[in-house]
Amino acid sequence: MKIPLSWLQSFAPFPSDVALLTAMLDDLGLVVEGSERVGEGLEEVVCARVLSIEPIEGADKIRKITVDAGGEPLVIVCGAWNFEEGDVVPLAPVGAVLPGGFAIAKRKMRGVSSHGMLCSAKELGVGDDQGGLLVLSDLVGSDPGVKLMELLGITADVVFDLSAEGNRPDAWSVLGVAKDLAARLSLEVTMPSFGVAAASGNATSTSASAANAVPSQCSGLTVTAAHGVVVGASPPLIAQRLALSGMRPINNVVDASNYVMLELGQPTHAYDLDSLAGPALGVRLAHPGETLVTLDGVERTLGLAGRGLGQLPEDLVIVDGDDAVVGIAGVMGGGATEIHEETSALLLEAACFDAMAIARTSKKLGLRSEASNRFERGVDPELAGAATKRFFEILSLTCPELTVDEPSLTAAGARAPRTLIRATPARFASLLGVDLDGETIGTLLGPLGFLVEHDGEFLDITVPTNRPDIRSMPLGIADVAEEIVRTYGYARLERRFPSWPAPGGLSQSQRLRRHLRAVLVGLGLDEVWTPTLVPETDAHALHLDEPLVTLANPLAEQERALRSSLLPGMLTALRYNADRRQDEARFFEIGTAFTHPDVASAPRSAKAGAGGGAATALPQESTHLVVTLRDNRDDATTAVALWWALHEALKLEEAELVQPIDGSLVPANLLAGHHPTRSALIRSRTTGVNYGLVGEVDAPVLEAFGVERGSRVGLLVLDVTLLEDSGLVPRRTLRATPVSRYPSSDIDLAFTLQNVTPAGRLKEALVAAAGDLCTSVTLFDVYRGQGLPEDRRSLAYSLRFEAQDRTLTDDEVGALRAACIAAAEQVGAVLR
Amino acid sequence: MGEVIGSVDIDHLVLAAATAAQGATSRTVLEAVEAEFLGKRSELAGAHRSLGSMDEQARKSAGAVLNAARVQIQQAIEECRVGVEAAERSALLEADRLDLTEVVSSSIASPVRRGHQHVISQTQAELEDVFIGMGFTVADGPEVETDWFNFEALNIPPAHPARGMWDTFYLELGEPETVVLRTHTSPVQIHLMEDAVANDTLPIHAVMPGRCFRRDTPDARHLHTFHQIEGLVIDRGMTFVDLAGVIQTFTTAYFGADISSRLRPAFFPFTEPSAEYEITCTICHGEGCRTCSQTGWIELGGCGMVDPAVLHAVGIDPEEYSGFAFGFGIDRCAQMRHQIADMRALVENDLRFVEQF
Ligand SMILES: [Zn+2]
Repeated sequence: MKIPLSWLQSFAPFPSDVALLTAMLDDLGLVVEGSERVGEGLEEVVCARVLSIEPIEGADKIRKITVDAGGEPLVIVCGAWNFEEGDVVPLAPVGAVLPGGFAIAKRKMRGVSSHGMLCSAKELGVGDDQGGLLVLSDLVGSDPGVKLMELLGITADVVFDLSAEGNRPDAWSVLGVAKDLAARLSLEVTMPSFGVAAASGNATSTSASAANAVPSQCSGLTVTAAHGVVVGASPPLIAQRLALSGMRPINNVVDASNYVMLELGQPTHAYDLDSLAGPALGVRLAHPGETLVTLDGVERTLGLAGRGLGQLPEDLVIVDGDDAVVGIAGVMGGGATEIHEETSALLLEAACFDAMAIARTSKKLGLRSEASNRFERGVDPELAGAATKRFFEILSLTCPELTVDEPSLTAAGARAPRTLIRATPARFASLLGVDLDGETIGTLLGPLGFLVEHDGEFLDITVPTNRPDIRSMPLGIADVAEEIVRTYGYARLERRFPSWPAPGGLSQSQRLRRHLRAVLVGLGLDEVWTPTLVPETDAHALHLDEPLVTLANPLAEQERALRSSLLPGMLTALRYNADRRQDEARFFEIGTAFTHPDVASAPRSAKAGAGGGAATALPQESTHLVVTLRDNRDDATTAVALWWALHEALKLEEAELVQPIDGSLVPANLLAGHHPTRSALIRSRTTGVNYGLVGEVDAPVLEAFGVERGSRVGLLVLDVTLLEDSGLVPRRTLRATPVSRYPSSDIDLAFTLQNVTPAGRLKEALVAAAGDLCTSVTLFDVYRGQGLPEDRRSLAYSLRFEAQDRTLTDDEVGALRAACIAAAEQVGAVLR
Repeated sequence: MGEVIGSVDIDHLVLAAATAAQGATSRTVLEAVEAEFLGKRSELAGAHRSLGSMDEQARKSAGAVLNAARVQIQQAIEECRVGVEAAERSALLEADRLDLTEVVSSSIASPVRRGHQHVISQTQAELEDVFIGMGFTVADGPEVETDWFNFEALNIPPAHPARGMWDTFYLELGEPETVVLRTHTSPVQIHLMEDAVANDTLPIHAVMPGRCFRRDTPDARHLHTFHQIEGLVIDRGMTFVDLAGVIQTFTTAYFGADISSRLRPAFFPFTEPSAEYEITCTICHGEGCRTCSQTGWIELGGCGMVDPAVLHAVGIDPEEYSGFAFGFGIDRCAQMRHQIADMRALVENDLRFVEQF
């Protein structure tokens, strides 16, 4: 919202110190997004009459112009061609500094001395036209030597660009801002007057009528007829203020309406009376499918249901005496009844519509206007009369013959009772933390229009009608508290650090995630952040054919789905780096994977819809840890080694790696993209819960995401949501085992085992046979090839034995060795 | 004997092609079969060429026979192709097979190198730690929410213009515009308060970090996916002055002793009174620079006293309990601390960026 300082100052004698006002407005919550000085540098510019135009020898772009600027004739060299001898144009004499800091000096061009510069509108900052000079000949009073600012009625000004918050409908006007500032500065606000009044017309013959068929959505419709209108340009002051406020001046009628809206915050609309069926207006709901061509020339269809927030098929319309639609209430008027050059009589509509009704229609039609913006925030229901009066006062400036039918006709609607807030000063203190007595509160609120009365220990506070944002009791206490502290000044508040006896801390699952990050970073991995929103094709490339969770309104087609797996994002990250000659990377990410409620193992359900009355099934959100390893020679074995390191760090009870993978045991998205013969399920031996996958990414998947052919990518996926639950994935005991004081004994055993039997099976047999005295069983060599049958490989294990209370004898160790060999034979292993 | 065209027995040819295709054990062999029976030098092609010497009637009928034969041969080859490809894939997989229980961990060569935590998760942990030190617990919440949790319980009713303050991604679930990607971490407040009321565990002193989404075209300063941290205190006797104290304590603890905070009136539907939370510009330390538009202050987030309508929605008595909430961007803190010029670097995962943190 742009507001010229001069307009503000017409309400109260505000200081002109821009920095001071900026700080004050900011502290009042009227954030100054910027401020701009206008009219600066035009002080020296004068009107000059062109006396003669002569060519300059050897120059075809510039000419020698002699002008009369009120003194001796001056010679100017000029490159513009859009004027003739006798025209009046603006001259910036030598010594002038134009807007933007351009200093005019005496210059010599092609041997001709130039004593100033003739200017275009753009160069002067008074318009956008830079096609030629600003020709002033037609303006009354454009005599040589007259100051341009005087001629155009321009005064040096400062324009503030303010942003008022959504809960401050009152601040969306010059008057509202003036009231806030005046309260802070203890100044009186007075309504400025242009000192003219329109004559009263005949109240009986042509008096307007108004009808209100929707009193619940229109608290009042005020209609006024006027004759003797002459459509033309607005006075310079009005036009200039509108322009500085960012509205293009159109004609005196439309400008008066806009001026009143900017100044008071009340939108009005003027209809060409002769285009209406008589001096009558009404407001009603549009019939389904009814149409209107609005001012912008677009045909709008009304009364239909829209999507989402615009679901209700209700639109407020303004109709004439024949019940024909002539405007969309609070949004935009119709083209057919627009004010035009020949308009001599008009009908003015000033109304107050329900904020939600206007918001609904505006959203449904995708049509926003200055008027709808204001109605959506809430317009003072008592403003229509004052706005009507002000409109005709401004119109009278250009229409001396104007007669206004009085009184205006108002069709009243349902008006909410005045909001009353009743609370003790202590109640406000309990919210604000600062003790203010009733009198102080009265002083703070009074200038904003609140009426504060004392009733014993209570304050009875009547809310002004321009604050529809302030709710009734009891919620309104907080709203009034904000007004109190706003005028008191946030900056003046004390700061107190509260304390409470409860300790802070992370949840168990947060500690786990931090631990995972720390361990993986320690193991040399880099953490990445990959997108939640992905193309639907990602899932197809992973052969995930379950339904996806998709967006109704994606920004781009490749961001339509919520990821069901983190893997595509991570492969894309590998590829991104490979494309930049950074082939070797080990990445991990901990993030959310989504599963459609139709196929979720644990779907969520939550309150949804208006009032939270309906239950809606929501996607399952699982936290996944995904690791992709693509450093030199990385493959499934690296992933397995990494997994056991992580397993150790997490102090898990022993996991087993299960091959081949039975896809029915875990959610499909946990297994997405794995290599079928080089991956294993991770399963808790204790509970049998499968909580992850370790191995490699399948080659066709790598290819689908552009990771170079022939390279292997090690893969580890953990369902962190399962891992968080130590009931499902148990941790090792915290109890320490004493270290034996006696030497340990090692035996190494090498077996051949059929390729089809997992080495893990042999290890299990060895662990079982070795018993409690065995502290470790470690695979240290695998061999295939010469000397071995094709279908067998050699596996060499080292077993360490020790006892807490003695040194083991050779016999004891020998017996254990024999037991281990026998157990190995049970699974088909043969000692080498 | 079937029909003979240009000395080619068509039925015999089709049968021979099918047999050859079925006998193929690889894609290469199958491609050879295809060339032999359908290629330019195939008998079928030869038979086609012989059509030229026939009269029109004969040419028509023989042509139809040849075309039918071509289709049959093609079908036979295609049928086999699926099988051959599956067989090849399974042979590849078989050759690739690895027993993951026979991995000798000690033989894995791995470079000695420390990795890097993502700058955002590092920043999040640092922020959490500051708040933990101030007595806050840390809570999580889901990224997909219903309109009730994301909007209505936060005093943003359906069709309320305030919903326009957030550009929302809606999901194709439930009724239109009822399931959303959360636009802020504030719905976690509602979950915490509802749980505390249900389990009778008030008061609450918690911060809630997490990923949020707004439907806004990404540029150097904003991503549509970002991270926020939000704080909520619901206790007896909490006031605006306590909020200002918490904000100030956090500001100096995280940004440094020379950085201060200030509050300015603002509007959020879920707090009243509300404030914008600004800190001393960390670039110029308050002197005024381009980053802070010469004001010496930069906007960090929003805060305020929890609106009584929110307390009402979750069943907390505003006469007994009061509270405040505050929130700001984690990514923004990282951006300020590390002077990250283009936020899009955060999701590119370029090693040259990742390795800086
Ligand atoms: Zn700065």
